Amino acid sequence: MTAEANIPARSRTISRPFVWMLSGLRRMPLLVTLSIAFLTLMLVVTVFGRFLQPYAFEQIDLLARMKPPAPLEGFTWTHPLGTDKLGRDLLSRLIVGAQTSMALTLLGTVVGAIIGITLGFVAAHKGRWWDEAIMAAVDFQAAMPWFIVALAVLAFMGNSMIVFLMLMGLYGWEGYARITRGLVLSAREQGYALAVHGLGATPRWIYLRHVLPNIAGPLLVQLTINFPSTILFETSLSFLGLGIRPPMTSLGQMLGEGRDYLISAWWLAVVPGTVIFLTTLSMSILGDWLRARLDPSLEN
Amino acid sequence: MTWLPVRLARAALTMWLVVTFVFVVLRLTGDPAAILLPDDIDAQTLAFYREKWGLADPLWQQYLKYWAGLLHGDFGISFRNDMDAFALVWERVPKTALLGGTALGIALFIGIPAGILAAIWKDSWIDRTIMTSAVFGFSMPNFFLGILLILAFSLRLRWLPSSGSGTWAHLVLPAITLGTGFAAQIARYSRSSMIEVLSRAYMRTASSKGTGPVRRVALHAIPNAAVPVVTVLGIQVGQLLGWAVVTETVFAWPGIGRLLTHSVALRDLAVVQCIMILLALTMVTSNMIVDILYGWLDPRVRVGAGTAQK
Repeated sequence: MTAEANIPARSRTISRPFVWMLSGLRRMPLLVTLSIAFLTLMLVVTVFGRFLQPYAFEQIDLLARMKPPAPLEGFTWTHPLGTDKLGRDLLSRLIVGAQTSMALTLLGTVVGAIIGITLGFVAAHKGRWWDEAIMAAVDFQAAMPWFIVALAVLAFMGNSMIVFLMLMGLYGWEGYARITRGLVLSAREQGYALAVHGLGATPRWIYLRHVLPNIAGPLLVQLTINFPSTILFETSLSFLGLGIRPPMTSLGQMLGEGRDYLISAWWLAVVPGTVIFLTTLSMSILGDWLRARLDPSLEN
Repeated sequence: MTWLPVRLARAALTMWLVVTFVFVVLRLTGDPAAILLPDDIDAQTLAFYREKWGLADPLWQQYLKYWAGLLHGDFGISFRNDMDAFALVWERVPKTALLGGTALGIALFIGIPAGILAAIWKDSWIDRTIMTSAVFGFSMPNFFLGILLILAFSLRLRWLPSSGSGTWAHLVLPAITLGTGFAAQIARYSRSSMIEVLSRAYMRTASSKGTGPVRRVALHAIPNAAVPVVTVLGIQVGQLLGWAVVTETVFAWPGIGRLLTHSVALRDLAVVQCIMILLALTMVTSNMIVDILYGWLDPRVRVGAGTAQK
């Protein structure tokens, strides 16, 4: 699948990740630096979320309703991003909403990756009926627009956080499974895997210690492709009023609420929407950069 | 020539899985009659409706009946307004087809030339501009793009309507919203596919034969670069339908997507089920067509896949 020539290069970069990362920093384009900075900020919000909010995000103040955000006429420094129809502080809601969206997306991405990578290994290793069954499941998953399945399932199962998490975890696993299976099948035939096998290593040892690190690059790229679509999955469902619902909040839920006030208070929709956009944008820029660095063969 | 039967068997298996999945998920989530009818209803009425909707039988009988119904084109009765579920869905199909088709047209019309230009002038400012716009384009959530377009063109400039579907003007904003992300994705795929093809030996052969650059690109590169792009398109059709749900909701476009969100809110089982099965059928068919096109564009696939599948 890949040319023989770039295999040693890839295993070298993976075996010394820190040296590789540092050598990358010097030549990093400005957009990539900005993306990493923004994603770091989002991670800080995800970890510390509720400690950072200036007000409790659900605190109602009917005397300060629909205040505009900072540069607009009539704003106050007590609410730098303004307030919504119930006088709740938009900055606090944004922080908590971003925390919810990010935490769910990270969890969903990781669960999807684990399921997909495991099944990909199983399909490649067991072959025959296992392979057929797993690939049939992959076809099935790819045949159903998962967003629509989620819509139906959530409607009939009701507002359950566990169901929502399961749906997010199952979103996108087939991509990892397909890539892992292909990569494992081709990696198995390469010198290093055959050599370790000849030394008497068990399949599990070969896969975990030798094959997985060698195919980590393409899987990492798949992660950066999957992450933006997972956050869009969460925000779209919450936007439609499924997924995260009041009294909880997420970026999509805020945008859905703000949509009703486009004429009188456009910022209620535009502020959370911008945060979603910047998150997916940063992840895509970072992903493109990683892909170009990890797999030079893609570029020419 | 085992290629086509194998492909058909796979499509049939996928369809069976989808139909069964829909049945299992929608039936195992509780008693639909109890969910649909008011809480204070008496047991006799409940039993009447359970009987009427065929919910009183054992599950395996329901499953067989459900299949028998589907094969006769009977998708059940909408619980809410007693209309044939299929008829309800079918009358929305033209609207979604119009929106989806226009969006796909926009995506192809912008995406393919953009990708080709970027590949030809790789690493130039043209390439960088196109690819940077593409990253912005597919990172933009379409519900947010829709809202921004409404703010700009409906509320501020007052050029275009923000909701409904009466005239051609109503189609503009939703089609742009739905098409932008796809244009960006198609541009990326066309670019990488073109770059690969342009570096092949037969392109050098063509050039040394004295074939001019326009002819080289149009007759040698584009047909070869089209193969992977077509495959990707087939996969994207499902995504397009998924995002159409959101776009239709934002613009109050009366298509399948809005019917789905509406039916989901009302828990109208038969309609949701019908939409899901029709969507899966659309997806499986479009993937089949893509595979056949693929075999037609690239004869190696026909032969290769036939031998690979033992």
